[in-house]
Amino acid sequence: MVVAAIAHGRGTALKELLASMNVRPGLCDPTNELLPFALFERLHFARLLIVDDPTLGDLTAYGEQRPKLPVYLVFMGDCDGDAHGFLREMAERAAVGLGRIFSCCEGFAAAGSLAEWLVAHDQRVHARYVNRIGRTVLQVHEERALQRALSAQVPRDPFAPHADPLALCSVLRDFVAAEQRAGRLTLTPAAPTPFAWRLWNLAHAIGIPLLGLVVAPLLILFSPLLVYLLRSRETADPVIAERPSAASLAQLQSLEDHDVTNPLSATGAIKPGLFRRLLVTAALTLLDYACRHVFYRGHLMRLQTLHFAHWAFLDDKTRLVFASHYDGSLDSHIDDVVNKVARGVNLVFGNVVGYPRTDWLVKGGARREQAFKAYVRRHQLPTQVGYKAYPGLTVVDLLRNTRIRRGLERTGMSEREAREWLSLL
Amino acid sequence: MAEPAVTRAAAPAVDYDDIQGLVRFGHGHLTHACFLLLRVANKRRARIWLAQAPITSAVAVDPPPPVALHVALSSAGLRALGVPDDIVEGFSPEFVSGLGRDESRARRLGDVGDSAPSRWQWGTGERRPDVLVMLYATTDTLDAWRDRISAQVEVAFELLTCLATDALSGTEPFGFPIGLTQPKIDWARRRAVEDRDLLHWTNVACLGEFVLGYPNEYAGYTDRPLIDPARDGESGLLPRAEDAPDRADVGRNGSYLVLRQLRQDVRGFWRFLDEHAGGNAQRRQHLAEAMIGRAMNGEPLVGRTGRAIDGIDPQHDASSAFDYGADLHGLRCPQGAHVRRSNPRNGDVPSGSDGTIGRVVRKFGFDSAAREQDLVASARLHRLLRRGRSYGRRLSLDEALADWPTGGGRADDEGMGLHFMCLNASIARQFEFVQGTWLGGTRFNGLPEESDPLVGQRDPPGEGEAGDHFSVPRADGQPARVEGLPTFVTVRGGAYFFLPGLRALRYLATV
Repeated sequence: MVVAAIAHGRGTALKELLASMNVRPGLCDPTNELLPFALFERLHFARLLIVDDPTLGDLTAYGEQRPKLPVYLVFMGDCDGDAHGFLREMAERAAVGLGRIFSCCEGFAAAGSLAEWLVAHDQRVHARYVNRIGRTVLQVHEERALQRALSAQVPRDPFAPHADPLALCSVLRDFVAAEQRAGRLTLTPAAPTPFAWRLWNLAHAIGIPLLGLVVAPLLILFSPLLVYLLRSRETADPVIAERPSAASLAQLQSLEDHDVTNPLSATGAIKPGLFRRLLVTAALTLLDYACRHVFYRGHLMRLQTLHFAHWAFLDDKTRLVFASHYDGSLDSHIDDVVNKVARGVNLVFGNVVGYPRTDWLVKGGARREQAFKAYVRRHQLPTQVGYKAYPGLTVVDLLRNTRIRRGLERTGMSEREAREWLSLL
Repeated sequence: MAEPAVTRAAAPAVDYDDIQGLVRFGHGHLTHACFLLLRVANKRRARIWLAQAPITSAVAVDPPPPVALHVALSSAGLRALGVPDDIVEGFSPEFVSGLGRDESRARRLGDVGDSAPSRWQWGTGERRPDVLVMLYATTDTLDAWRDRISAQVEVAFELLTCLATDALSGTEPFGFPIGLTQPKIDWARRRAVEDRDLLHWTNVACLGEFVLGYPNEYAGYTDRPLIDPARDGESGLLPRAEDAPDRADVGRNGSYLVLRQLRQDVRGFWRFLDEHAGGNAQRRQHLAEAMIGRAMNGEPLVGRTGRAIDGIDPQHDASSAFDYGADLHGLRCPQGAHVRRSNPRNGDVPSGSDGTIGRVVRKFGFDSAAREQDLVASARLHRLLRRGRSYGRRLSLDEALADWPTGGGRADDEGMGLHFMCLNASIARQFEFVQGTWLGGTRFNGLPEESDPLVGQRDPPGEGEAGDHFSVPRADGQPARVEGLPTFVTVRGGAYFFLPGLRALRYLATV
């Protein structure tokens, strides 16, 4: 996540520049001149976002001054492999465009190395969700081509009896093999997972619970105090969940539903005080752990519509930025969130100023449907540029395409397995 | 904010006197109806008429009334009547913004191409209605009833159009039964007001799903204006809000009403099916029933469910006593069928073992079989109370399949369809969700490249997206598929209205 403060007086110029990267508002041009995202073959999603939080004034409900924080330009991307390597590659291949974009930011020295400047402004994302760790852009494209080819190849007559499934499977296998030989289909074998990554992942998988074990006795010892601190806050924290103005809602909606997948960006200030600061840090650590080691194979609890999500602190943990790419309209996504993952959402966002009242960290909150929906819209930011490498594909599509490929590569199917595989087409 | 303030014991009885009868009754015995779309021409007179309009209440009378009248107001109408802005803006954002004014909404609902608001006959610009007057009567009495009310309103309103309907027959122009399986509203307020997951589908709905000012399925309240009681004047027309006892509730006992004129291409529908069935009458009907999701006689395609379903009377509403629990793969009723999309009859959590461990495993998404059934949102949160009436000359199947009539015959076709009307307490979560995500969307239950076979859009936004397929799952392998579905249903007009409680209407007409 590259974060850079926008230079005074350059905001309008920057907005115009970002708007020029879209075909129309809400629909990014993948081959735009400034940053032709499509050039970068390992980039899944990317966004350029101006973080200007109109809700910072909500802090006055705690008797605090409205903090004077910079307006940021944020670049977020989700790529296969090493992130810094990607930033360097981007700096090399889109130097002119990136220079024009970031020259609107403070301290940008066009003379210096763009790559090093980007890397220096890269900030840590405190929790990250990836729908399926290890699925590459290349794999997505190849599997989509495979699905399309096979889907067009099978008989579809509603009234004629189907051929023997095993025979049909074998015909389709031969068809794919012929297409591969002709160069019309490719199915690149998965690259081995880098050893260093596996080692680090294993260390992380063990290390975080160990840390938890160390902290647990303290938590237990101080639990009465912690309960008191929590409940006294939960029952008294101000709820600020007015609906946004019709104009800002209309602006947000004008950017949505140009593809089956939408970007969501939101920000808000963390509730003041050490308690909330530690609590939100712990919540994001737990969330990051769960995303990395438990929910990395196609679903985040019951949620099956999320491609990527990032939770990141800004300004020394005084505020939180959330960014995701989800399938469907925002209204249906928020319904999904309310009905399926409200508790997890409460655990994290319950620490943000104005959030609908939670009880015992996880209850209430997002389940207060109208207040929560108004709250999301109030804290949502327009995503100036949102790129997706595979328009038209949902998480469910990706899973189906992978299952089609796996079935194709499996030998020795039973007749029942063959029927099940064909039913995916 | 939305504390569940009301418990079962304390829930006060519903005041039927203050609710428009349309919420409780479909007026099935009043087989004739027409809907007047009006614009305010004289504000003072309009307010006078609305304040004393002879509106039919929800009180049950025996015999039922020989005529009925209902009135609903759009947000433009509220403004035209001089209702202060802050009250208008207290209604839900969808209602305030309106149906035909916003390109984003049109995109989300699938109102694009020939259905785009710019092509509507009414609903946008100068043809945006302020007031909807709904008249119900019998064959003999409709003309006189309409003349009487028209004479009253013509001094105050300009008539945009009068939407005529045909005699209520129980079927829509394609020939299928309509209005089956309505949600059963918990008028007695017996349903517990609590926020918890339900494992099975229920047809009972909290009052607050359809009537404003009462708790809904989340034990919360949906958007409506709450005002300082001092503004209600000395007469004190408005009740206090249940969730905010120091505020007067303008929405209480009202509902949001969605009206859309849907033109149905009856010839196009049957001729398309006939072509795909190779002229075979049995196959043609089979395919039509698969698209609709019910047999032409109204029977479900999946057979009845063994368990009793909350809110469905197995004796009197036997054809509604089913869900899709035994047909998860859509082998009997395709997942993409219109009726299944509009009401998937599922619970909050995918089905599986009823034990605690199984439930927890499913709630955390660890059960992959359960995840496959978990792509469709819970039905009880997205229900509509349908009050539509069809219009136009009916074509017999033979007429529909015959060659195009020469001369003026095609003009008839413009005039066949449905005045779709539904009531709900959250337009966004109910009507717009069902229309946009379930019917118009191209990923219902993960199905690629198909929207609703009847009312879906064929050209969804997004690169390389197709929406004109309809797939029929088969036990013996890949799903059968019909491709190149034309548009059978076109939107010709539409608007969002507020159907106020009787006292609230008097308040709004005098404020």
